[in-house]
Amino acid sequence: MKLSGWGRFPRVETRLVTARGQGDAVRTVAGGGPLIARGNGRAYGDPAIGPRTTLSLLGMDRMLGFDPATGVLTCEAGVLLKDILDVFVPRGWFPPVTPGTKMVTVGGMIAADVHGKNHHAAGCFGDHVQSLDLLLADGRVVACGPDRDPELFAATRGGMGLTGVILRASFRLIPVETGYVRQEILRAGDLDTIMGMFEDSAGWTYSVAWIDCLAKGARMGRSLLFRGEHARVEELPGPARSRPLDVAVRRARTVPIDFPAITLNRLSVGAFNELYWRLGTPREELIDYDRFFYPLDSLLEWNRIYGRLGFMQYQCVLPAATSARGLRQLLTAIGAAGNASFLAVLKLFGRQEGVLSFPMEGYTLALDFPADAAAFGLLLDLDAIVAEHGGRLYLAKDARMGAALLRRGYPGVAGFRALRAARGLTSVFRSVQSERLGL
Amino acid sequence: MTRVSSGSVLILGAASDMGRAIARRYAEAGRALILAARAPGRMEADAADLRLRWNADVRTVAFDALDTAGHPAFLDGLGALPDTVVCVVGLLGDQGESQRDFAAARLVLDSNLTGPASILGEVANRMEARGSGTIIGVSSVAGERGRASNYVYGAAKAGLTAFLSGLRNRLSKAGVSVITVKPGFVRTRMTEGMALPGLLTADPDEVARAVLAAQAKGRDVIYVRPVWRLIMFIIRLLPETVFKRTKL
Repeated sequence: MKLSGWGRFPRVETRLVTARGQGDAVRTVAGGGPLIARGNGRAYGDPAIGPRTTLSLLGMDRMLGFDPATGVLTCEAGVLLKDILDVFVPRGWFPPVTPGTKMVTVGGMIAADVHGKNHHAAGCFGDHVQSLDLLLADGRVVACGPDRDPELFAATRGGMGLTGVILRASFRLIPVETGYVRQEILRAGDLDTIMGMFEDSAGWTYSVAWIDCLAKGARMGRSLLFRGEHARVEELPGPARSRPLDVAVRRARTVPIDFPAITLNRLSVGAFNELYWRLGTPREELIDYDRFFYPLDSLLEWNRIYGRLGFMQYQCVLPAATSARGLRQLLTAIGAAGNASFLAVLKLFGRQEGVLSFPMEGYTLALDFPADAAAFGLLLDLDAIVAEHGGRLYLAKDARMGAALLRRGYPGVAGFRALRAARGLTSVFRSVQSERLGL
Repeated sequence: MTRVSSGSVLILGAASDMGRAIARRYAEAGRALILAARAPGRMEADAADLRLRWNADVRTVAFDALDTAGHPAFLDGLGALPDTVVCVVGLLGDQGESQRDFAAARLVLDSNLTGPASILGEVANRMEARGSGTIIGVSSVAGERGRASNYVYGAAKAGLTAFLSGLRNRLSKAGVSVITVKPGFVRTRMTEGMALPGLLTADPDEVARAVLAAQAKGRDVIYVRPVWRLIMFIIRLLPETVFKRTKL
């Protein structure tokens, strides 16, 4: 069957097999590769599509144990973050790091080493994993973690499934008093201002900005900064204080049809951006965790708004020293090309260790483009700017990067390939993305 | 009419995808669960999951549908007779193999009809004596009419459907309900690798939700997805001279 990532581009023919237990996974690996594990398919491009076989872990979705004394949850790799939230927020626990969607699996979060709005303080998801069970090419299942075969663990977190099939993991949740977030919204009229605001927000747990990527001239980089803290019980209004962890999660609506490709264009996105900017009156408010962390999840299948052509997410990070200059060049190129992107996000990352983990200390910019010919040309131009400024792209979002840019941005690539070869993983675990990138 | 459902639920074939999904929905509804499968040790992770998610009262027991002689002892071993018994036991088999080798066909017939008839018959006797309870049997639309592509499986399911109908008739005045669940295509391990038409194919959780709804509403026969009721109505109407020439 044809599988794709969240961007619905590319779509590739593969044989999909579902693992409902460890035995299924072992048997599939024994049957020979090349294969790659797949979670809930929220990576945008092709990292979770196997050139021959794709092994879905959605059937391995059992929660196995929780220690309330330490907050450590052990579960199978196919458990969805959404289910963890549904079960544990009411009990006063929250994920240590969460990406922008809750519709991801634990295995997927580790394989992509996801980051969140708190990266500057809390790092990536892999930083909170105590151990994981990994199925290797020879059929052995090994446990690894920061103090148990740390080399294998370091390659597995962010390793896009290329070291084996993650079967289970243990990771620490953080305690929270309420299911609400105290959010502050600030307006920044240009790029320098938003960058200054990020520096000033170092003390906030969560911070992220929506950036108007079509704004030009003096307004280039105008943004809305959203920063937040988990709300304490005393910050809740009276009636909510008796049930601080009781959050009514909104029913999701779905986009039932593919919108025509013309829907998102410079005019419509420009109009949206202007409206969104105006709605961003500076204020402080209390909102539930679902609205703060997962605004897009309320519209299931929102990727259909991009039509049947699909779209591409482009997320890059630039080192702090070159961020101001690099961002300006990126925004100029995007504004000039007129390619529409209304979901444009800017964030300041903290330091990050890891072999293929994406973040580095500096600014990350994420935007989407329809998967049309003009966009491909623009993305090549953006690649050049990113490379020139010492940055790199996020593998969980990538659908078309070239191997040269990967090597330039990730010094760990050579070591990663060597580890795969040394452990006999190279011929068995491959994805359409890894073949494209020569990993 | 909505009935208040409470009391323990025994799921026969609990290790199957449908069995697991049904267990989750019953756990969510606060019912105590007994998960019966051939290898109960392999159900421990599922039990842990149900306890963690819903604080469910769960235990696992060994059950072999084919060991009909052991079925009375199996029920004795449970202690109290459960309030609800759900039978999800089934085997699709391979039609070609069933045609060539009767031993394979017999396994399909025993797994889908003889075994369930044995255990559910025993359950029926005990529930009748008690004067209360619910039996839920998962049959299949394949039992509506035998067709070339899977008639051994279809014959067994046809038998199961008639058996459940008979139980329903027998027990209607005894305070025991019998529900027949007829899924069409379902995305499970049993159908892995088959090209199933999207709009007609349910996932196991859909079947589970339908089962609980059927019990709550006191239904007799349900189809999952409901469109299958219409499809089967039409299929049943086809004259045999026409049907025998189809390639369904």
